[in-house]
Amino acid sequence: MILHSLLVAIGGFFGAMGRFAVSNWGNHSQRTSFPYGTLAVNLLGSFALGIIVDFDWPAFWQFLLGTGFMGAFTTFSTYNIELIQRYEQRDKQTAILYLITSYVAGIGLAWLGMSLPL
Amino acid sequence: MMTYIWVGLAGMIGALGRYYLGLAVTFGWIGGFPVGTLLANLIGCFVLGWFTTFVVQRHIIQPQLATAISTGLIGSFTTFSTFSIETVQLITSAHWLSAGLYLLLSIGGGLLLAGWGYQAGKRMTKKQVFPS
Repeated sequence: MILHSLLVAIGGFFGAMGRFAVSNWGNHSQRTSFPYGTLAVNLLGSFALGIIVDFDWPAFWQFLLGTGFMGAFTTFSTYNIELIQRYEQRDKQTAILYLITSYVAGIGLAWLGMSLPL
Repeated sequence: MMTYIWVGLAGMIGALGRYYLGLAVTFGWIGGFPVGTLLANLIGCFVLGWFTTFVVQRHIIQPQLATAISTGLIGSFTTFSTFSIETVQLITSAHWLSAGLYLLLSIGGGLLLAGWGYQAGKRMTKKQVFPS
């Protein structure tokens, strides 16, 4: 369990940094209120985790790249807060579009990653 | 930038927290249901909501620390990828009821708890400004 903890910690370290980097690029550089950064990490991460699970690699890589990296690279909390904030700012169209896109594409890409013939 | 390092370190804690919570609730799955991920996600939504209105928006702590806690810690404590995978797994293994329940609780619960946390932080802020 200590090894697994270490792997999750290391993966989490880089996953969080990766999300921070992509969020900074995507959430602010575009001139809209649409959080492209968070959407990007959540969709990328869902697809990538699908592939990792599909590969069925040894536990070492699952903990490092899956639980650790992808778990931290994607976020559920930031996503929901962004929805709440846009709703409160009367930006309901963005909120609805963001909600539907994230869940449909996120789950869809996860499924795609898991069903690739490998 | 040092902020990246702080976010990474806080992310470590968040990821570990999510991992341990999953272990604590019977290895994350109870009767085929991903309780660990759901709990982490719902708790994270509430806490981030509260933290955003009570701490971040009032600028009462250093921006770097605020970012580390919100983006780093809470952001990594919750996960979208694991939720997506687990939903697919429930569907492909024909656990329709569990899949539907998981989706409902995650989507609805996520919004509700994020909103509640957000409002709770606002209310606590008002009490501070106008103590009764």
